[in-house]
Amino acid sequence: MNLSTIIQGKAYVLGDNIDTDQIIPAQYLTFNPSIPEEYKMFGKYALAGVPPAQGGLPKGHIPLHGPANEFISPYSIIIAGRNFGCGSSREHAPVALDAAGIKAVVAEFYARIFFRNSVNGGYLIPLESVKRLCETVCTGDELRLDAIAGRLENLTSNETYELKPLGEVAPILEAGGVFPYARAKGLLKA
Amino acid sequence: MTLTEKILARHSGRASVQPGDNIWVDVDVLMTHDVCGPGTIGVFHQNFGRQAKVWDRDKVVIIPDHYIFTADAMANRNVDVLRAFVAEQNLPHFYDVGTERYKGVCHIALPEEGHTRPGEILLGTDSHTCTAGAFGEFATGIGNTDAGFVMGTGKTWLKVPPTLRFVFHGELPPYLMAKDLILAVIGDIGCDGATYMAMEFDGDGVYCLNIEERMTLCNMAIEAGGKNGIIRADQKTVDFVKSRDKSAKPFVVEQSDSDAPFAREWVYDVTKLRPVVAKPHSPDNRAYVDEIQGTPIDRAYIGSCTGGKMTDFRAAARILNGHSVKIDTFVVPATTEIARLLKTERIDGGQTLEEVFLNAGAKIGEASCAACLGGPSDTFGRLNSAIKCISTTNRNFPGRMGHKQAEVFLASPLTVAASALRGSITDPREYLS
Repeated sequence: MNLSTIIQGKAYVLGDNIDTDQIIPAQYLTFNPSIPEEYKMFGKYALAGVPPAQGGLPKGHIPLHGPANEFISPYSIIIAGRNFGCGSSREHAPVALDAAGIKAVVAEFYARIFFRNSVNGGYLIPLESVKRLCETVCTGDELRLDAIAGRLENLTSNETYELKPLGEVAPILEAGGVFPYARAKGLLKA
Repeated sequence: MTLTEKILARHSGRASVQPGDNIWVDVDVLMTHDVCGPGTIGVFHQNFGRQAKVWDRDKVVIIPDHYIFTADAMANRNVDVLRAFVAEQNLPHFYDVGTERYKGVCHIALPEEGHTRPGEILLGTDSHTCTAGAFGEFATGIGNTDAGFVMGTGKTWLKVPPTLRFVFHGELPPYLMAKDLILAVIGDIGCDGATYMAMEFDGDGVYCLNIEERMTLCNMAIEAGGKNGIIRADQKTVDFVKSRDKSAKPFVVEQSDSDAPFAREWVYDVTKLRPVVAKPHSPDNRAYVDEIQGTPIDRAYIGSCTGGKMTDFRAAARILNGHSVKIDTFVVPATTEIARLLKTERIDGGQTLEEVFLNAGAKIGEASCAACLGGPSDTFGRLNSAIKCISTTNRNFPGRMGHKQAEVFLASPLTVAASALRGSITDPREYLS
């Protein structure tokens, strides 16, 4: 897993309290994320639990997936409100977003288990915005994210938004997750 | 230091810790189940090798409980993955489906089988692992990668959380339960009010609750975003733990210092509370039952780690005894031990609890997580259409119990039972003389 810290792509916008049952509903948890053919199935069902009116704000009723590919989304950055990833501890949630091609999430703040799973599994970069962006950015806007500099540019609206520093989790993300990080630090045998 | 800080300090080999410290801790018990176990095992094998052994066979507990009584082939395959791993590692603490040892919901099975002890660190691949904080230990949910790391090393890194303190005074009136208390707290602080924090429950109002009710409080710490819920162990805790732990492992009872730095404190007089409901679609969407009394409901559900214990069924039976339900009512004991007790425990020397439920027209399922989290479409009690359900479970975000447009109201077993009798949201005081 190699996480790029500079990401350019289209925004997919969600609201507050997007819990992990909405990110990947329980009936799809029977796939085993450690089997590659099953890993990609999580991409197909990513965000399948979000009520249609709340998916792809501000208009809503915009599916995460386009007609061309049922597994990989044309969007690569999720913009969300408060408490993203609350609820169940299922790691299948950041797995599903990663499998769908999501490289980063920018939310006001996260539920801690989702944040931890994203970082330790090295699936995507969970960033926090200084200001609420889910009512500013529109689904489909072209964004350019610099995770280390803490800057998000909206190329569609010509705006720039400030992000909070990644802080102590930055080295784990840059290593690609807790296992490569622990090996690099000599905490685990290489 | 607070109780949580003391436990984390001792497990990191430090004299003291402060909120915000990043520390490596030794883990006492790691629990996983059929939904996250296969992924955890995959992470373990990928990173430590096919020949690797878990760090301590005696500290790994595997409890299949989520998708058990289903024809879903993938779900059944996942239990086979657990079986193969248990055989490969020769693990002693495995509660396999279809055997005498099968238990049901992991968070209730853990204490019943003696895997919870004061002062320990328990990690589990399930967000409701925080339930075990009721035994005076640090317990929290983790993902597959973290669990795979713990499996191989016995260690994990944690950020020490600040502690919020919730003090309850007074003895609960007969129409209230721990579920009303925790729904009131979540309504006050919001479903992100304790994000990254510990929630310590304290006060005479907590210590007069039985062990199961204390588990209900800690179980829902996660619904406020809490890292853990915790209650200092008292004599009731110690007696329970000693009666269940066959290994008789020594444990350390700790408590918050009198000058412990709590980030914030809330104080409740429990005698003044009224029955509480969390309306769709969030556990913090609080209403008092008397404010929404009469709201029509299609289904009632009594079960799960938070609402399927003996205390919950005794309460529901008190209301249902001698009456008939008006709507589909599903009863799911959390564990096989509870299922057996439903057949033997009698209400006022008369019918067994099971007879009370069946005679009232309720359906009784087999011990497991069942419809609390939806699951495969043939799951007992699952909401397969856009109906309204009142439930003793712990989460009501969209789609949690199955259908995306279904509406779930969370309430105590007393309120759910009273609502089942009327087919609408009903105050349990109407059935309690």
